[in-house]
Amino acid sequence: MPMLNLRLAHPDLLIDLNPADQRPPAMAEDEHGGLLRLPALTRHRVLLEHDLVRRGCPLLAEAVRYVGNVRVRNRGTIGGSLAHADPTSEIGCCALASGARVVVRGPDGGRTIPVAGLFAGYWATTLAGSEIITDVLIPAARPGAGWSFQEMVRRTSDFAIVAVAATVYLDERTGAIATARVALAGVADRVVLADPDLVDGSADETAARIAETLEPASDVHASGAYRRRLARVLTARALRQACARAAGEGT
Amino acid sequence: MTPRRITLIVNDRDHELWVAPSDTLLDVLHDGLGLADVRYGCGEGVCGTCTVLLDGEPVSGCLTLAVQAAGRQVTTLRGLMGPGEDLHPLQECFLRRGAAQCGFCTPGMVLTALDLVRRTGRPTRDEIRYALVGNLCRCTGYTKILDAIEEYAGQ
Repeated sequence: MPMLNLRLAHPDLLIDLNPADQRPPAMAEDEHGGLLRLPALTRHRVLLEHDLVRRGCPLLAEAVRYVGNVRVRNRGTIGGSLAHADPTSEIGCCALASGARVVVRGPDGGRTIPVAGLFAGYWATTLAGSEIITDVLIPAARPGAGWSFQEMVRRTSDFAIVAVAATVYLDERTGAIATARVALAGVADRVVLADPDLVDGSADETAARIAETLEPASDVHASGAYRRRLARVLTARALRQACARAAGEGT
Repeated sequence: MTPRRITLIVNDRDHELWVAPSDTLLDVLHDGLGLADVRYGCGEGVCGTCTVLLDGEPVSGCLTLAVQAAGRQVTTLRGLMGPGEDLHPLQECFLRRGAAQCGFCTPGMVLTALDLVRRTGRPTRDEIRYALVGNLCRCTGYTKILDAIEEYAGQ
């Protein structure tokens, strides 16, 4: 809707998807454990408050606090946010860090793609003009999951300068990171998932390695160099907090 | 785009209207029905001056199409007031605390704050700040607005 009001979009036809689907979030089991199914029309407010989301993807439930304001969260949807493909999107960032997939449907049938395969650049997706997102599938957090969302904004509720979402599982024996997914917003033409091979050693070392791979552009909000520095600092904070949570240290 | 006939329920009154599918709820309320308490500010959901309650939940009138509100309960600031010019108790608090200067943001502030108090009972000052982050005031500096909402929640 802002795209229409700002005259950035000039559609000949408007189709309101809202009446098409009233399903609530659901939890299913698959071979890897729980699978959280979020219908594309799930409102941000539901993500914030729904018990299944809080348990299955606490990262998303937390990060939605940073999205817009109460009015935006009452109307905005997870499918709409992903299809909008904003490179500073908190929700896109969390979807990447959570290993989410999107179910896409068009006149020729459906397909399921990793969310990383959805984004094609600034506000651009790989969806065909006749396709819509119908569901977002998120592997549910297993016991021992650690997660963190970190964001730097100039004004609360504004677009992120840089945001980082991280999920980790620790090696039960050594306490070191077994697997980690780190996603960043505001550092490229789309939200990006850091190469998992870069996760090694301390949080600071990993963060420095990830930041080195980034080449953020400068704009009126921040210089590229500042964004890269934020990416390093926020990634280190995110990894430390996620590991602490995974180790059962609360906060 | 072909105009559509809809029923809009605004402040408990039914209105039969012809609207274009691209007309925003704000356009229809302000320009069509003459409701001066729903205001155009930014057009992108940031400022909160077009806030209305849709089935009791705050939304931006500028980001909601009128056809999407068909058959649903729309409440504007006037809908909170009693017959005549009787003020809502939250408006009384705004008056008492001097929480408005030019008044342009006030309807949105009041509706958003009312939703917060209905949902949370007695919000903390930080919770009020968080809920009002999407309602901009360029006169008061916000302190008196927070005072007014705290007073109302404490009643």
